Amino acid sequence: MTLRVLRAGVLASVQDLGRAGMQHLAIVPGGAMDRVSHVVANALVGNEGDEATLEIALAGPQLAFERDVLVALHGARFEPQLDDAPMPIARPVLVRAGAKLRVGRAADGAFGYLAAAGGIDVAPVLHSRSTYLPGAFGGLDGRAVAAGSRLPLVAGVAKLSASRYERLRRGGRTRPLGAAAASVRWSAPMLTLPATDPIVVRVVDGVHADAFDAAARAALVDAPWRVLPESNRMGYRLAGPALASTLRRDIVSQSVGLGTVQVPPAGQPIVLMADRQTTGGYPRIAEVISADVALLAQVPPGRSLRFERVSLDHADAAREALARRVRDLTERLRWEYHE
Amino acid sequence: MVTSPRSQPFAPRVVPVGDAAVMLELADAIDLAANERAQRVAAMVRVAEVDGVTDVVGAIATVTVHFSALTADQARSLRARLHDLLLTALHHAPGTDASDERPPVAVPVCYDAAFAPDLADVATATGLSADEVVRLHVASQHRVLMMGFAPGFAYIGGLDARLAVPRRPTPRARLDAGSVAIAAGQTAVYPFATPGGWNVIGRTPLAMFDPAREPPSVLQAGDRVAFVPIDAAAFARMASEAASAAGRPPRGRAGR
Repeated sequence: MTLRVLRAGVLASVQDLGRAGMQHLAIVPGGAMDRVSHVVANALVGNEGDEATLEIALAGPQLAFERDVLVALHGARFEPQLDDAPMPIARPVLVRAGAKLRVGRAADGAFGYLAAAGGIDVAPVLHSRSTYLPGAFGGLDGRAVAAGSRLPLVAGVAKLSASRYERLRRGGRTRPLGAAAASVRWSAPMLTLPATDPIVVRVVDGVHADAFDAAARAALVDAPWRVLPESNRMGYRLAGPALASTLRRDIVSQSVGLGTVQVPPAGQPIVLMADRQTTGGYPRIAEVISADVALLAQVPPGRSLRFERVSLDHADAAREALARRVRDLTERLRWEYHE
Repeated sequence: MVTSPRSQPFAPRVVPVGDAAVMLELADAIDLAANERAQRVAAMVRVAEVDGVTDVVGAIATVTVHFSALTADQARSLRARLHDLLLTALHHAPGTDASDERPPVAVPVCYDAAFAPDLADVATATGLSADEVVRLHVASQHRVLMMGFAPGFAYIGGLDARLAVPRRPTPRARLDAGSVAIAAGQTAVYPFATPGGWNVIGRTPLAMFDPAREPPSVLQAGDRVAFVPIDAAAFARMASEAASAAGRPPRGRAGR
């Protein structure tokens, strides 16, 4: 019972919310770059836990369905085709056995999440199904999907998908979608990037902010920062004015975090993302607030962002507000699957 | 703080790091006593099992506690609690603890020339014979200062001062998995093959990191380490045992 990969995209890998609790062994939590979209994608197909999804960067793979499977694609605005008809995103779609899904390119955003009823059924490694590409473990044998890969789905996925779709149908808002699929008349709200640059990303001061002079600290929040193409799941490299540190000696390596903005000697900042190393010795000028990490993850290479400095209280309130929005949304989606 | 002159004593402090962590700073330079204290504090905070705490990371001179909090109130009270817990633990953590009777973690190493491409250069640079380099490396009081860089990678301090050598001027394109290498007063054991600039003086047959194993890493911060010299025959035997335990073909042959 698998999803067969006919063609690989740019980079698609199996992800969940990652493996917390092992950073003291230099094992990074990893997991989905945009955790919000991953969580919502799961809720869209009626998954109630942290089932693994397929994270799809920029341009997606082509997949062949061997059984009926209830899926949802959320996150970046892909324009997928199901047997040459458009497949709606941000909503559950019951794909029929034999159909082919071409995920295509992301028109907006960077990472999409394809959830399936029951989740992608790879074996957990260190308590997570997420793929850690630099260490080559987790997910599909530690690798990105390639042409010929088979994404395992749970046993009885067709039956599970049918029963979940039946619950949606009883809600009275389903609709047929050609021969290859059926879907619903509603959708989940999407994270949409602002149409014009720069995209505002909020930060709090980093522990070494005072190792930068006033000009560098001003440039951090005034200048537009272009996301460079060499950005990846480990970190986003930004191009802009050089930020000169006044540090007279090395920083002793310390634990870094998701969203840490570190500045190597050349002065071009790097924002540490899901697959970062767990420790670092470059000065940390800022930290992206938790509430904006998913937004930042969705900024594709070539677009520009601007940092806005906020207080810790603001960051706390923003994180709470986001958690509340995600919880309300997943509860609403759960209601759609109510028996 | 980071630019404070070294002549002044460092006052430990706890600071928020982003909105999901706090960090205790014990020193602003590599200091073995401060590091040992940091690891003790990290262990004490870990066993406290505070609700919401996800990771406790003792590094060279810091302890960072990562947490997950849903509400702003939870985050604020967690920060206050961790601030107090870190300072209390610091107060009770001795700088050195002679009562620590845990045996060192034994890491077998074959120092034969076939596994030690840089041993001759280290001998030349230090004015010692290759045998003396090995003897001093085995006799050093090694301790893991920090885990970092990659899963299972240990920065090991305590190298005998006579073995102080810089990194190689040109990094090697590939260090084999298990390479035991020295530079900047420290030893590293590479869990996997990687490019690297450290001086390789031997190799261990142990799989230093295996995600299928519990715990996955042979070493963790704070561990004392005993490098135990073995010959090539013992290396071959142990490498094949390690490989069959991991269900993989033996890795690394001498002379490659």
